[in-house]
Amino acid sequence: MVYGLSKPIPRPLLAVAVLVGAAVVLPLLYLVLRAAQAEPQQLIEIVLRERNLQLLGNTLALLVGVIALTTALALPLAWITSRTDLWGKRFWTVLLVLPLAVPGYVGVFGFFGATGASGWLEHLLGFPWPRPTGYLGALGVLTLFTYPYLFLNLRAALLGLDAGLEESARSLGYRGLEVFWRVVLPQLRPALFAGWLLIGLHVLGDFGVVSLVRFETFSYAIYLQYSASFDRVYAAWLSLMLILLTGSLLWLEARLLKNLSLSRVGLGSARKPQPVRLGVWWLPSLGLMAVPIVGALGVPLTSIVYWLAQYPSSPHTRSFEAVLEALRNSVQAAAPAAFLAACLALPLAYLGVRYPSRLSRLLERAAYIGYATPPLAFALALIFFSLRGVPFLYQTLALLILAYALHFLAEAIGPIRSALYQAPPRLEEAARSLGYNPLQAFLRATFPLLRRGLLASMALVFLSAVKELPLTFLLAPVGYSTLSTRIWGYTSEAMFAEAAPYALLIVLFSAGLVGLLLSQERR
Amino acid sequence: MNTQHAERPTSPTQAHAPILRVQGLTKRFHPDFPPVVENVGFTVEQGEVFALLGPSGCGKTTTLRLIAGFEQPESGQVWLEGREITRLPAEERGIGFVFQDYALFPHLSVFENVAFGLRRLRGKVRQARVLEVLGLVGLTVFKDRKPGELSGGQQQRVALARAIAPGPKLVLLDEPFSSLDAALRQATRDEVRALLKQAGIGAILVTHDQEEALSFADRLAVMRSGQLEQVGTPEEVYHRPRTPFVAQFLGRTNLIPGEARGLEAETPLGRILLSEEAHGAVLLSLRPEGLGLAMPLGHLGISGKQLEGTVLAREFKGHDMTYRVQLGNRELIVQESPESPFRPGDKVRVLVRAKAVVVGRGQ
Repeated sequence: MVYGLSKPIPRPLLAVAVLVGAAVVLPLLYLVLRAAQAEPQQLIEIVLRERNLQLLGNTLALLVGVIALTTALALPLAWITSRTDLWGKRFWTVLLVLPLAVPGYVGVFGFFGATGASGWLEHLLGFPWPRPTGYLGALGVLTLFTYPYLFLNLRAALLGLDAGLEESARSLGYRGLEVFWRVVLPQLRPALFAGWLLIGLHVLGDFGVVSLVRFETFSYAIYLQYSASFDRVYAAWLSLMLILLTGSLLWLEARLLKNLSLSRVGLGSARKPQPVRLGVWWLPSLGLMAVPIVGALGVPLTSIVYWLAQYPSSPHTRSFEAVLEALRNSVQAAAPAAFLAACLALPLAYLGVRYPSRLSRLLERAAYIGYATPPLAFALALIFFSLRGVPFLYQTLALLILAYALHFLAEAIGPIRSALYQAPPRLEEAARSLGYNPLQAFLRATFPLLRRGLLASMALVFLSAVKELPLTFLLAPVGYSTLSTRIWGYTSEAMFAEAAPYALLIVLFSAGLVGLLLSQERR
Repeated sequence: MNTQHAERPTSPTQAHAPILRVQGLTKRFHPDFPPVVENVGFTVEQGEVFALLGPSGCGKTTTLRLIAGFEQPESGQVWLEGREITRLPAEERGIGFVFQDYALFPHLSVFENVAFGLRRLRGKVRQARVLEVLGLVGLTVFKDRKPGELSGGQQQRVALARAIAPGPKLVLLDEPFSSLDAALRQATRDEVRALLKQAGIGAILVTHDQEEALSFADRLAVMRSGQLEQVGTPEEVYHRPRTPFVAQFLGRTNLIPGEARGLEAETPLGRILLSEEAHGAVLLSLRPEGLGLAMPLGHLGISGKQLEGTVLAREFKGHDMTYRVQLGNRELIVQESPESPFRPGDKVRVLVRAKAVVVGRGQ
C-alpha cells in the first residue's frame, strides 16, 4: 500500500530543506546580478568578443577530444576485463580504476616532473622528452585521469547484459562483430551517456590541468581574469557562459536518455555469458591495459618517488614544517566542511526519501546544481555573494568551508539516502505511538541507524575537499596554503622536488577516497 | 495486569463509556480518487477484541492508522474514553500499535525496546515494569538480545510487549500474525488473545484472514472499498450475512436467487425456508454445510419431482468432503461427511438442510 501521496510535509523540516536548497542556488543568482550590471554597450562588447569564440572552440575541442579518446580507451578495456578469459580480471580492474585517486594537477606534476630538461626521463634516457603542453597536453592528461568514470560504467553495463540477447542475434545469423555493433553497443548507451556526462562535467570544470599546461578554456580564462586584471563583469559573463555550456551538456544527456527503454522484456533470469577466449589477442590486450596503468599510475608515482629523493638536497626546500602546515590547513578546511555538508544533506535526503514529491525532487536537484556548476564559476559566484550579502565572510576560512560544503552537498546526500532507505518509517511511527514527538522519534528511532551513512558522507566530502583545487584557490584567505594549492604553485614554477611531498599526501588521501567510493558502490 | 502504570487514568464517570468510538471517518489520499476510507463508524468496548476484516486494499489499515494518529482524516471523529482525539498527535493518544513487520528498533536490545515507551518511569520502577511485561510474554531470558537475534514469533511478542508496557487501554494490531508460519500463527494468536483478555486491554485487529478474525475477535466488522458492510459477533456475521460480499468473504457459500413469500422462498432448489421474513425478489445465501447430497429417487425405485444434479468434482479434506455439483445452469458447493460415496459424473439429488439467509432484496 502506498502512503503519503498527499502527506503534508512538517513545516520545520520543509523550512530547513528549502533554506539549504536556496543556499546552493543563491550565490548563482548573485553571479547573474553581477553580470547584469553591464551597460548595454559594454554587454555587446563583452558577449561578442572574438576571444569568447576562441575560448568556446578550445573548450569544445577539448571536451570532444577527451570524450572520444576516453571512449576509445575505456570501451575495449571494459570489454577485456568483463567478457574475456583474461587471467586476474579483478586485479586488472582495480588497477585500471586507481587513476581516479590521482587528481589531474598531480598528473601534470607527474608528467612535468618526468619530462623536460630536468625530468627523470632525461636522467634515464640521456635526452629530454618534450613536455606535454597546450591542447595535446590537456587532452592526454585529462584522458588518462578521467577514463575510469567511463570504464566503471561500461564494465557494470557489460556485466549486466543478458547473454540470451547475444545468443538470439547469433541464432538469427549475425557474426561476432556484427552482434557487438547491433546488439551489445545499443544496450551500452545509458552507460556511455552516464560516463560521458561525468567526464564532460569534469573537463568543463577542470582548472588544475588546463592552467598548468596553459591551454585556454573558459575555466582558465576565468582564472586569468580573476588573477590579473579582474574585470569582474567580464569574469561573471565568462562564468555564465561556462554554466550555460554545462547546462547544455546536462540537457543533452537527459534528451538522449529519454525514450530509451532497455529493461528486460519477458520472464526468466538473465544468464552470464561464456567468457570469450582471447587467444593470440592477449598480448595486445595487455598492451592496451599498460597504457593507462603506466601513464596514470606509473608516471606520477615515479615522479613522486624520484623528486622525493631530491627533496632534501634541493636549495629551495623549506623545512618539513611547511608540509605539516599545509596538511593542517587542508584538514582545518575540509573537516568542518564535511561535518557541515552532512548536516545540510540530512534534511534534503530525509525529505526526498520520506516525502517524495515534486518539491523534494526539486530541492535535491538544487544540490546537484551546486555539484555540476564548474567550481571556478561557483567560487566566483560565492565571492560576489559574500561581497554583497555577507562582506564579513569575504576572504575568511568560513567562506571556504561553506563553499566546500555547498559544492560537495550532492556527494553527501547519497550515503545518507541509502541509510534512510534501510530505516523503515514504521520505526518512527512506533516511537510516536509510544509517546515521542516527531523530532524525538527521529532522533531516537531513525538517527542511530544513520550513523554509518553519515560517517560515509562526511568521509567522502572530507577527502573530496582535501584534493579540491579551484575553490581553494579562489576562496582561501590570503596566505592560506593547502596541499593542493602548494602542488599547483610549485608545479607551475617547475619546482618538482618541493611539490613531491604534497603530491604524495594528496595521492594517499585520494586513494582513501577511491577505496571508499568502491566500497559504497558494492553495497 | 497491573494498570496503575497507566499514563492516562480514566475518570470514574466514563467507566462505562466505550473505550473507542469512531464516527463518519473519511480519508482520501488524492483528490481525484475515491476515498480510501469512507464514512466508517464503530465502537470498541472496554477490554473488547474487535477485528477489521477485509480484502487487501479495502482501507482497513488506513482506518487503523487514522485511529493511531499516523494519518489525518478528511472528516469524522475519533473518541477515546469519551474524549475527542481526532486532531491529537499520535504521541499524545496513548494507544499502542503493533506493526505488521513489528518495527522493532534494531539498535536497541529487547529490554531497551520494551523500556522505550516508559518515558515517565525511572530506575528500579522502570526496570520492574519491563521485566513484568517481558514475563507476561515469556521473553525474560532474551532481554539482552538484539531483535535481529530473535525468531519471528519472539519478535512478534517483543512488539506486543513494547506496545502494552506503557499500559494503554487500547492496542491496534496491524496484521500481526501474517509474517508467522501457519503452525506458529495459531499458537501465537491464542497466547496474544489470552494476554489481552487477562490484562483487560481493548484491541483492534486488522486482518484479511477470515478464519483469524472469526476465532480471535469478540466482534468484527467486514470492510469493502473503504466502507463497513457489516458489524457483529463472529456468529452473527457468519450465519446471518447482510450482503452477498460478506457471505462470500466469510467462507464459501452458494448465492441463489429466489422469490420470497414470508418465511419461504421459491428457488431453483425448490421451496426453501428462510431465516427471516421477506417478500419479493431476494438473493439467498446457503452455506455448503447447509446442503447435502443423496441418491436420485430413481435409484430407489421412486419416481417423482426431484432436483437432479451431476457431481463435477470432489475434494477430500479429511474431516469432510466438498463437492462441486452442476444443477441446471448453476454450480453448487456442497459439504458432506467424509464417507460420502459419490464420484464425478454421478447423478445426485441436492437436499437443503438449513434455512437460507437473505443477503439481497429487490433484485
